[in-house]
Amino acid sequence: MSSAVQSHDPHPAVEPSYLVSKRGLMSWLVTVDHKRLGLMYLASVMFFFLIAGILAIILRTELFTPDQDFMSAQTYNQVFTLHGAIMVFLFIIPSVPAALGNFLLPLMLGAKDVAFPRLNLLSFYVYSAGAVFLIAAILTSGLDTGWTFYTPYSTSTGTAVITATTGVFIAGFSSILTGLNFVVTVHKMRAPGMNWNRMPLFVWAIYSTAVIQVLATPVLAITLLLLIIERSLGIGIFDPAMGGDPVLFQHFFWFYSHPAVYIMILPGFGIISELVTVHSRKHIFGYKAIALSSVAIAVISFVVWGHHLFVSGQSELAGVLFSFLTFAVGVPTAIKTFSWVATLYKGSIQYNTACWYGMAFLWTFTVGGLTGLPLSTLAIDVHLHDTYFVVAHFHYVMVGGTVVAFIGGLHHWWPKMTGKMFNETAGKIGCLLVFIGFNVTFMTQFFLGHQGMPRRYYAYLPEYQVMHQVSTIGSYILAVGLLWTLIYLVHSLFKGEKAPSNPWGAVSLEWQTQSPPIEHNFHETPHIHGSPYDFPEIDKSGAGGHH
Amino acid sequence: MLFSLLIAPAAAEAALPPSNPGTPPMSDSPWSLLPAASANAEALDTLYIFFWILCGIAFVGMIGVQAYFMWKYKKPAEGHAKTSPLTHNGKLEFIWSAIPTFFFVILFAWGEIEFMKQATPPPDAMDVRVTGQKWSWTIEYPEVKGCSLTNDLYVPVGKPMRLTMTSVDVIHSFYLPAFRLKKDVVPGRYTVLWFEATKPGLYPLMCTEYCGDEHSSMVGRVHVVAAEEYDAVLAKACELKQGDTESAEDFGARVVVRGGCASCHTTDGTVKTGPSFKGLFGRTETLADGSTVTIDENYIRESILEPNAKIVSGFSPQMPSFAGRFDDKQIAALIAYIKAQK
Repeated sequence: MSSAVQSHDPHPAVEPSYLVSKRGLMSWLVTVDHKRLGLMYLASVMFFFLIAGILAIILRTELFTPDQDFMSAQTYNQVFTLHGAIMVFLFIIPSVPAALGNFLLPLMLGAKDVAFPRLNLLSFYVYSAGAVFLIAAILTSGLDTGWTFYTPYSTSTGTAVITATTGVFIAGFSSILTGLNFVVTVHKMRAPGMNWNRMPLFVWAIYSTAVIQVLATPVLAITLLLLIIERSLGIGIFDPAMGGDPVLFQHFFWFYSHPAVYIMILPGFGIISELVTVHSRKHIFGYKAIALSSVAIAVISFVVWGHHLFVSGQSELAGVLFSFLTFAVGVPTAIKTFSWVATLYKGSIQYNTACWYGMAFLWTFTVGGLTGLPLSTLAIDVHLHDTYFVVAHFHYVMVGGTVVAFIGGLHHWWPKMTGKMFNETAGKIGCLLVFIGFNVTFMTQFFLGHQGMPRRYYAYLPEYQVMHQVSTIGSYILAVGLLWTLIYLVHSLFKGEKAPSNPWGAVSLEWQTQSPPIEHNFHETPHIHGSPYDFPEIDKSGAGGHH
Repeated sequence: MLFSLLIAPAAAEAALPPSNPGTPPMSDSPWSLLPAASANAEALDTLYIFFWILCGIAFVGMIGVQAYFMWKYKKPAEGHAKTSPLTHNGKLEFIWSAIPTFFFVILFAWGEIEFMKQATPPPDAMDVRVTGQKWSWTIEYPEVKGCSLTNDLYVPVGKPMRLTMTSVDVIHSFYLPAFRLKKDVVPGRYTVLWFEATKPGLYPLMCTEYCGDEHSSMVGRVHVVAAEEYDAVLAKACELKQGDTESAEDFGARVVVRGGCASCHTTDGTVKTGPSFKGLFGRTETLADGSTVTIDENYIRESILEPNAKIVSGFSPQMPSFAGRFDDKQIAALIAYIKAQK
């Protein structure tokens, strides 16, 4: 059937799948199988997504009226800090790379596992240890610094800053180890015939992400270490009362955390590249442009951190340079978006849940991308900085981008991961609820922000009330959509139909083995002869690749 | 009521509609509820509208093409249609890279030009000093001797004003939405913000850098007044003396406003960062070290001048000292006011 892969499978489904090849709790706890570790990460990140999501609903409920309702200022500040810290460090950063990436990367490359399976297991436990520290911080005296830990507030507040930053420090090492593992895997573990131009775009995206993880995360580790040293030993690094420089912290922090934004979104780009091709039965438009734009974004992302400091008092010249470089990131991002839309041209688009999430992404991510433009524009950022406009913008990128792509990818690969089909009608209802709820919640926040509503306020001027209420109602719709999705996915584990090995008719390697795959992924090492997007429906009777 | 402070001072607020006291009046512009009250705000609104038109076209165009493709190329009911072998098109890809780049350069350059104007105060600007602290703004006017206001910025129309700002504790950010301006207020250094107001009125001023518990209460007022009235209005605002017929308690209420006390101390019994004034006087409290203290005149006076000397158990040392800000008469009035909050 497929011209890309010659994988003769002489004995289909005689070997047990990775889920049942070994049994017992210990076989999971000490597994070095990338697929099992992917599932363990998936369960962990979903747990933290649920926790941080509940916190978000609590915040939105408090904001239903302008005055203080049911939370004290201190509680509100702790809740928004935990919402941000858990979402960023324990959910979004590991979501696509550690959960889906772990599961899919070796399968897509035609490998038996990642390059260092034991290191992969270690990464999981390092991540868990980081999470334990963050939870300990919550249970002891809380954390009220915001997820950005800005000094000198973070060096002077009485909350559990040291415990929390230690947690983030440790979780960062998990990110570094996973990134290192993936870089080596992509370089060394590709199946025969899979050159760089034949790798699925998801692999390109995960690869670019892994490079950033390895290069940027140590800077965060150093920064947090300096913060811990300042707090515990009283050495003045950031606190001006001890001779330090508080803005230096912001430079250090964003030197990591801006690339980290791309750690969060690049894997989402990779998922969308897979979804639009497979569900439209078309070769991706502009393979090289999409692959290289991932690399370009990864490189430029290291030199744009100063756009978080336009109003911090940094020099005007620095502001101008960072503004220019920030616009430069917009170009490869625009190229990707146009290429995805162009991929749909003359396709045969199958309306299923995964496809719907891909289409929803094009809407939400485009809004997120375009609203980055006024924030890159120096003079306008002066007005919008630290208002709800910024809150809305990064939620459109992080939730509308990464989370929508993540959920879409979860649906796309769910049959492969679990061996079960979910109910498509339920899936489409969930997608619609998530899409509507998300847009109602955050679209209003652009207007709130432009009208001057600052971030991190538990009480606000009464003019803003109507839009805050619309936003809160939207967040409830979004929550219902996500819970609905959780319910039918879990239901499918028990009652779902058995999944065929290739339900979407995809060509890339993960679909050429049974669902769920056997422990060593493939019965024989696959040999690659063509593109991962060479679908049988493509009309080859015409004149080659151009129109 | 958190924002009741915005209603409190009676000076120069006549321009406000009674239905919407103290907060920014709705603007005529469909683009924004906020008024544009400075030259910078008007210039930025033009740029902002340009951005919306540009991005509106881009968004509608892209989503329109996407929706059309989704409708046009929907999979047939049975099986799949043959699909196009198209994989790339260099000319198209060049065009859709070049067009965004062109508009990005325009946005960048326009933003850069306005930003440099924001960064360059004219040499004849009036100087005002701003100090951020948890959780109020102290605003000092050098031309009126000893004038130091809390959360009230007075601005003449048509005269450039330069704020030199610093913080005594953590980073704050001084945000004037009606002027479309903000700048971080950083401990250990000065930052500068300047503007030229164009429209009289009362506008909010807010902190936009998270600074702890009462970050949301770090809200003040910008009074933009006609240039010829400015000196008189400012002199009146700076005066803090007991009126001939004014009771000590009423005068104390004005001192409370001047000190920005309400951002931490309520009068309705709600405990915020500091104790509520309600029923405070005469109470016996336990300090962190276990000893007890009666809240009397001496304790209140000491707590105003040296806030960290005796902290009641359960509270943290957050209050700045008001030594040098309030004289004896003002402190006495403040004590009378607290006594009256039963």
